Amino acid sequence: MGTLFTVAKREFSGYFATPIAAIFLIIFLAVSAAFTFFVGYFLERGNADLQVFFNFHPWLYLFFAPALSMRLWAEERRQGTIELFLTLPIPLWAAVLGKFLAAWLFLGVALILTFPMWVTVNILGQPDNGVILASYLASFLMAGGYLAIGSCLSAATKNQVIAFVLTVTVAFVFTAGGAGFLTNLISEFVGKSVLDAIAEISVLPHFNQIVKGVIALKDLAYFVALILAWLLGAMAVIDYKKAG
Amino acid sequence: MTDMIVADQLVKDFGEKRAVDQVSLTVKRGEVLGFLGPNGAGKSTTMKMLTGFLKPTSGQASIAGHDVSTASMAARKVLGYLPEGAPLYPDMTPWSLLHFCAEVRNVPSELRRRRVIESIERTNLQSVVMQSIDTLSKGFKRRVGLAQALLHDPEVLILDEPTDGLDPNQKHEVRELIREIAPDKAIIISTHILEEVDAICSRAVIIADGRVIADGAPSQLAEQSPLFNAISVVLSTDKVQQARSILEALDDVQEVRVQSLAGGLAKLTVVPAASRLILNPVISTLGEAKLEAISIRPEASALEDLFRQLTVSPDKQEAA
Ligand SMILES: Nc1ncnc2c1ncn2[C@@H]1O[C@H](COP(=O)(O)OP(=O)(O)O)[C@@H](O)[C@H]1O
Ligand SMILES: [Mg+2]
Repeated sequence: MGTLFTVAKREFSGYFATPIAAIFLIIFLAVSAAFTFFVGYFLERGNADLQVFFNFHPWLYLFFAPALSMRLWAEERRQGTIELFLTLPIPLWAAVLGKFLAAWLFLGVALILTFPMWVTVNILGQPDNGVILASYLASFLMAGGYLAIGSCLSAATKNQVIAFVLTVTVAFVFTAGGAGFLTNLISEFVGKSVLDAIAEISVLPHFNQIVKGVIALKDLAYFVALILAWLLGAMAVIDYKKAG
Repeated sequence: MTDMIVADQLVKDFGEKRAVDQVSLTVKRGEVLGFLGPNGAGKSTTMKMLTGFLKPTSGQASIAGHDVSTASMAARKVLGYLPEGAPLYPDMTPWSLLHFCAEVRNVPSELRRRRVIESIERTNLQSVVMQSIDTLSKGFKRRVGLAQALLHDPEVLILDEPTDGLDPNQKHEVRELIREIAPDKAIIISTHILEEVDAICSRAVIIADGRVIADGAPSQLAEQSPLFNAISVVLSTDKVQQARSILEALDDVQEVRVQSLAGGLAKLTVVPAASRLILNPVISTLGEAKLEAISIRPEASALEDLFRQLTVSPDKQEAA
C-alpha cells in the first residue's frame, strides 16, 4: 500500500515538473467550454442544465485521455528508466495502479476545474444539482476507463505517438460501439443479440444512464470492471515484455 | 548462504540470435566479480536476467538465495542495481529521486533523510542535489545512479559499467568506493577497462559471444597469457637489432617482439619460455653488452593480452 502511494505521488508531481500540465489543463478547459457554448448552443437552449456539456465528454476524452496516458509506460521504456523502476521492490500491481491513479487524479483535477460551468447554470436557473453530481461521477468513471485502456497500450510500446493512436482507436471502438449512428449502420449486417452484446461492453449506454441521474450498480460495476480489466491487461503486457 | 549471486545456465535468445549462452557463475560475500567482454558479448543481458528485469529463455538466477522469478520482491529488496547507461527520471532532482527510492525501499521515515544524505556524500553529489537530472553531466548522472544503488546498503550490488563516462579522478573515486564497501557485499561489475579489474576485482569472468570463456582470479588469468612475466625494454632505435639478437639467444627467452615508438625509440617485449622469471638475466645481458636502456620493467598488459586473444572472433584468428 505504501509503495502504491509513493508511486502515485511521484507520477502525479511529475505532471507539474514541466509546463505540459498547465498547457493540458488550459486546452482541456478551453475545448470543453468552446464546445459547450458554440457547438452545444448552451445559452440559446434556455435549459438550466449541463446536458450538452456532459454529452460531449465521451468525445472529449477520446483525445484527452490518450494524450495523458500515452506517456505512462512508453516514456519509461524510451528513457530506459523502466529498468530502474521495475527492479525497485515495487509489486507490479502497485506500479501499474500507481501510475494509473496519478493520471486519473490529474484528469479529475481538470474536471473539477470546469466548476464555472456548474456555477453558470446555477446563476441562470435552478438545475437539478443531484443530476449534475451524478454526471460528474459518470464523466470521472469514463475518464478512468479510457486511461486504463491507455495504460495497457502505453505499456506495449516505447513510442508515445503509437500509444496515442492505438488508444484513440480502441477507445473509439468502445465509445462508438453504443452510439446510434454506428448501431444503425451495422444493424443491417448483424442480428439483435450481437448488437446488444456490443452495447453491453461499450461505454456510452452506461455513461448515459448515470448522466440521467440514474446511478445503478450495474453501470458502476461496468466502469470498475472496464478499468480493472485493462489494468490487468497492462500487467500482462509488462510481464510479457520481460520475456524480451 | 555464501553464494549471494547465482546464475545457473542462463540462456537468452532474441529471436534467432542467442545473446547469452549457458552462462553460470556464483559470487560470494566479499567477492567483487569483474564481468569482462567486448561490446555485444552479453554482459548487460546477463545482468538484466540476474536482476529479474529480463526473463531468461532457460536457466535460473538467484540473489541472496531468492529466485529472481519466483521470489522477485525478496530478491529486489537486497539488491542495488545500476542499469547500463544509468537511466534516471530527467525531471527529478537527485534529492527527490533518492527520496523516492528510499520511500519505495521502505526506509523508515526518520532514517530516510540520513540515508539519502549519506549516499549523496559517498558519491560526492553535494553540489548538484537540487538540480534537475537532465541538466547534469554524464559523470554526475552516473554517480546519481550509483547513489541510488547504494542507498539502502544492499547486500548485493550489480553495476553495469559503473565508471563509464567518468573522468580519471572520478573513476578512481568510484573504485575506492567499491573497494571500501566490498568486504561485506557480493558485487558484480561489468567493464571493458582491464586495469579496473586488476584494481578492484577478486575474480574476473570473461565472456564473448554470450559464452563464458575464462573464469578466475585476475592474476590467475594473467598467468594463462604468454605475456605473463614478460619484460618490456625501451631503448633507442639504433640499438634494437643488437639487443634483440642477444636477448633471443637467452635460454629462458621464447621470443622478442619489437614495436617502434615516437622520438627514435623502440619497445622490445621479451617473452619468457614457460613463464620463467627473466628480469635479472635481461638486465645483466643488456649491461654486459653495454646497451643502455631507457627503461626495463615487467610487462603489465598480460590480462589485456589474454582478453584480446580470447575475444577476437574465430574467423579473424584463423586468418592471423
Ligand atoms: N532487446 C534486445 N533485442 C534484440 N537483441 C538484443 C537486445 N538486447 C541485446 N541484444 C543483443 O544481444 C547481444 C548482447 O548484448 P549486451 O548484453 O547488451 O552486450 P554487452 O553488454 O556485453 O555489450 C548483442 O548482440 C545485442 O545486439
Ligand atoms: Mg552492456
